[in-house]
Amino acid sequence: MTSLPETTGATKLGLVIDLDICVGCHACAVNCKEWNAGGHSAPLTDWNAYSGTESVDGEDAGAWGVWFNRVHTYEAGEGAEGRTVHFPRSCLHCETPACVTVCPTGASYKREEDGIVLVNADLCIGCKLCSWACPYGAREYDHADGVMKKCTLCIDRIYNENLEEIDRVPVCVSTCPVGARHYGDLGDPASAVSQLVAERGGYDLMPEMGYRPTNKYLPPRPAKTACGSTGAPSRLQQLVDEAADAVPQGAPAAGTGGRFLAWVDTVLSR
Amino acid sequence: MHPAASVIFFTTASGAGYGLLFLLGLGGAFGLMPPDLGLGLVGQTVALGLITAGLMASTFHLGRPERAWRALSQWRSSWLSREGVAAVATYAPAGLFALGWVVFGENRGVWGVLGVLAALGAVATVVCTGMIYASLPTIRQWRHPLTVPGYLAIALYTGALWAALLTAAFGGAATLFLWLAVLAGVAAAAVKAAYWRAIDSAPAAATAETATGLGHLGRVRLLEAPSTSRNYVMREMGYRVARKHATKLRAIAGLLGVAAPLALLLVGAAVGGDGAVVPLFLAALAGSAGAVVERWLFFAEATHVVTTYYGAEAA
Repeated sequence: MTSLPETTGATKLGLVIDLDICVGCHACAVNCKEWNAGGHSAPLTDWNAYSGTESVDGEDAGAWGVWFNRVHTYEAGEGAEGRTVHFPRSCLHCETPACVTVCPTGASYKREEDGIVLVNADLCIGCKLCSWACPYGAREYDHADGVMKKCTLCIDRIYNENLEEIDRVPVCVSTCPVGARHYGDLGDPASAVSQLVAERGGYDLMPEMGYRPTNKYLPPRPAKTACGSTGAPSRLQQLVDEAADAVPQGAPAAGTGGRFLAWVDTVLSR
Repeated sequence: MHPAASVIFFTTASGAGYGLLFLLGLGGAFGLMPPDLGLGLVGQTVALGLITAGLMASTFHLGRPERAWRALSQWRSSWLSREGVAAVATYAPAGLFALGWVVFGENRGVWGVLGVLAALGAVATVVCTGMIYASLPTIRQWRHPLTVPGYLAIALYTGALWAALLTAAFGGAATLFLWLAVLAGVAAAAVKAAYWRAIDSAPAAATAETATGLGHLGRVRLLEAPSTSRNYVMREMGYRVARKHATKLRAIAGLLGVAAPLALLLVGAAVGGDGAVVPLFLAALAGSAGAVVERWLFFAEATHVVTTYYGAEAA
């Protein structure tokens, strides 16, 4: 039934993604593909996986396939204030997801008990309308199966009693080498993830769309440039200042290091 | 948005079919079309044929066409499901109305009531088609108050072009339907012109800054995409060929879809009688071709907010 549940339970399982910590290694995306290619939504078909010449839709022969988790990398801001932000993007398991309500067949549904949004692959007709309705690009079409597939929040792990309890988390969370991904109940204000969101000012993606995403993103912390704030000994500050003076202008500067570097620069520039 | 040929053919063909069914239903019920066998047979065949061909084509867009019947189940929440239900439901009065006209030579009275019901069903189906697009907040060019009027106006116009041809060929209020086609053409052009002006000047629904929530750091631009080649989301939602040629294509849609048919309709009005059939047939063909260009643009010009994650500055 693609009408949303009239009463949603208190439990809202989801992810909290820390944009300050993520290093953009794509391990979450790769391990997501690895687990789900054999899990609930298997297979996650690839086309032209070895970049041969076969063209599926006449566009290009590049490799492409179904992934539930994709890591974008952005530059934000300019110059010294600018920074690189790695941005993992997957289904946000929204509270009012139009991808569910537009579904004509009842294949898409939101679970009342934990808020997870799923696709019943046996009912899906592959009309792709849900992917048009999703602002976050979370749903992908499997050409081989003719149905839509999406992140299941590793529903075949989190309730899987055959796994050790410590492993009953989405695979993107357990695989993250830097701890940038957190899993828990965002409907419980006392949960660790809820407290993390409150503490770090976690935010919704595109709240103006009105989908009320469950997953939250933690913003990058303010950039730290002074020695003291990065943990480096403050006595190094003098060298930093000298280098900063010497390098940009390439002209003789106050400190000896600056003069030396300027001389080297002049000699090498001949 | 990627313009799938099957969906363009579906919406234009069944749109014209429902437009013609609407006019046949009302024309029969209110005595503007005689219960003539030729008019009934050809008219109903064209109307129901266009509708059916369009609906069949729409299933080619599906990954699992054999399950298409399931799409009738979620009418409580889904406009696509409502469209399917309305389309199937409209067949009942439309089929009986066609039966009365062709077999029993009656299209008024009780049969006329069926004609009115078929006309209402036609309107409902086209409204549902428009609402599929107008209900998506992710695409600002579609979630627009003129989307549904655009679908209705073009369905009426292309249907009226066929009705003008059929009444000129088989009898009925030919002059009335000819001038109705002229009026509907002007109305469709006005709606589309207003729509294009509105979407050109409207602000973006999302930018790379608002989509990522990183705007407080400054301008946001994609440094590295998640995949080396174009993935499903980029292919389906990131189509951009037509936007480059939008002005030219809009001019082609206007010339082919409105200017040429209106000139041919006026020629038909001037010639009158059986001689009008040739220009009116050409008008119907040109108008239908123009509708296809318009519908292709409707998809290709639509920008989806997800593209802002993939390098678009705004959508």
